[in-house]
Amino acid sequence: MNSRYKPAIHFNNVSFSINGEEILKNITGSFPEGKITTLVGPSGAGKTTLLKLCNHLLSPDSGEIYIKEKTITDFQPVELRRLVGMALQSAPMISGTVMDNLALPLTLQEKKPAEGEAGELLRDVGLKEDFLSKNVKDLSGGQKQKVSIARTLVNRPKILLLDEITSSLDRTSQREIEELIVKINQKYGTTIIWITHNLQQALTIGNYTWVMMDGEVIETGESELLESPVNEKVRRFVKGEAE
Amino acid sequence: MSYLALSLTLIFVLIPLILSKTLRLGLEKDTIVATIRSIIQLLAVGFILKFVFDSESLFYIFLMVTLMILVATHNAQRKGASIKGITWKVAVTLITVEVLTQGILIGFNITPPTAQYIISISGMVIGNSMVLAILFLNRFTSEVDDHQDETELILSLGGTPKQAIHHQLIRSIKASMIPTIESQKTVGLVQLPGMMSGQIIAGADPIQAVQFQLLIMFLLLTTAAVTSVMLGFLSYPTLFNQRMQLLKNR
Repeated sequence: MNSRYKPAIHFNNVSFSINGEEILKNITGSFPEGKITTLVGPSGAGKTTLLKLCNHLLSPDSGEIYIKEKTITDFQPVELRRLVGMALQSAPMISGTVMDNLALPLTLQEKKPAEGEAGELLRDVGLKEDFLSKNVKDLSGGQKQKVSIARTLVNRPKILLLDEITSSLDRTSQREIEELIVKINQKYGTTIIWITHNLQQALTIGNYTWVMMDGEVIETGESELLESPVNEKVRRFVKGEAE
Repeated sequence: MSYLALSLTLIFVLIPLILSKTLRLGLEKDTIVATIRSIIQLLAVGFILKFVFDSESLFYIFLMVTLMILVATHNAQRKGASIKGITWKVAVTLITVEVLTQGILIGFNITPPTAQYIISISGMVIGNSMVLAILFLNRFTSEVDDHQDETELILSLGGTPKQAIHHQLIRSIKASMIPTIESQKTVGLVQLPGMMSGQIIAGADPIQAVQFQLLIMFLLLTTAAVTSVMLGFLSYPTLFNQRMQLLKNR
């Protein structure tokens, strides 16, 4: 897919199973560099597993994953995870303030954020600088998700993996996060791979999409494919979602 | 104590049995098994101790302590069955605690190197270490399961396994040590320790009984800290593989 674009991540015949149950079956395909690709499909399709393979939180049973044309195993895990950032659906926070959370990626490297860096990141994600001293317990779901994204950006990742980051948010917060992701993509040229259940979101925000079902990639292409899918299963899925 | 008086102490077993039956707690079988086991085990140990103390043989002392460590290891490892190699990890921890505490006691001439002291103190140290290991493993396995998100967050941000599990490890170490520390805070005010009470009942000078109890309590503090910390640091690496991934099938 998308042969006109350089792949940021390429999967070559990747399979993954847990306790003998096949979660991913012979996945082959690429995520184009500098673009937003959405991963859509019903629950249990293997989307989150696929994302964790990109970040090397999991390793495939067979097949190869290439990141910037190097196999994933050529990278040191720590180096790779700073290059490929990930924001989780639950936006887990460490206890303490927003500043503690933003400083976390640097604390892990025994470094401190540069003067004003944390404030700038917060402004980037649409939060005021005075949020730095707020306890994370006092944040709303949307604010937590923004802090979670800002925290991931501290490592300046070239690829950003997003796991249903808007699924539990209200419409206003969803829209703010969508705008934020587009801004990050445009400002830093970050490749975005975004799992979403919201097909409208996939259509409006994503440049490309992968439709996954039962551990397989059923259809890939520009996001518009969701309006007129070729595959019958995808057509039924899109119809079901739309109704 | 006469045999009649000893038999009457079974009233203290009847009370929990009646309560269990009335409230349908389902603990009758366990209570009866525990009672019968304690009678047989204590009587047997009484005869064995008499034999070992009389013989004053280093070999028998070693054998007794080894047996205690084996039984304690078997008991504690069940709580951490999901951690790879937990049996040897518990065994190494118990051996270290035993060698360390006896080394200090005998090395600094705090207690004499006789069977009477070594076996009695080893029993308390290994027994407490076993309970600590169980408390720690119980808490640690739930912490790991309940905070998988937190662990994966730190790994995904480029943290090492040690950094990813740090908070869960610290919380488990603290939680397992709390009962030891808390019981020491109220000792003498709320409860009189069993060993000290036993010495006083047997006719020992209360001040001397207190001095010996203090020694044991400080010893148990070290036991608690070394057990939790050592078991923690031996256990956490097996939760991850070489690629710094949290293993799902622990």
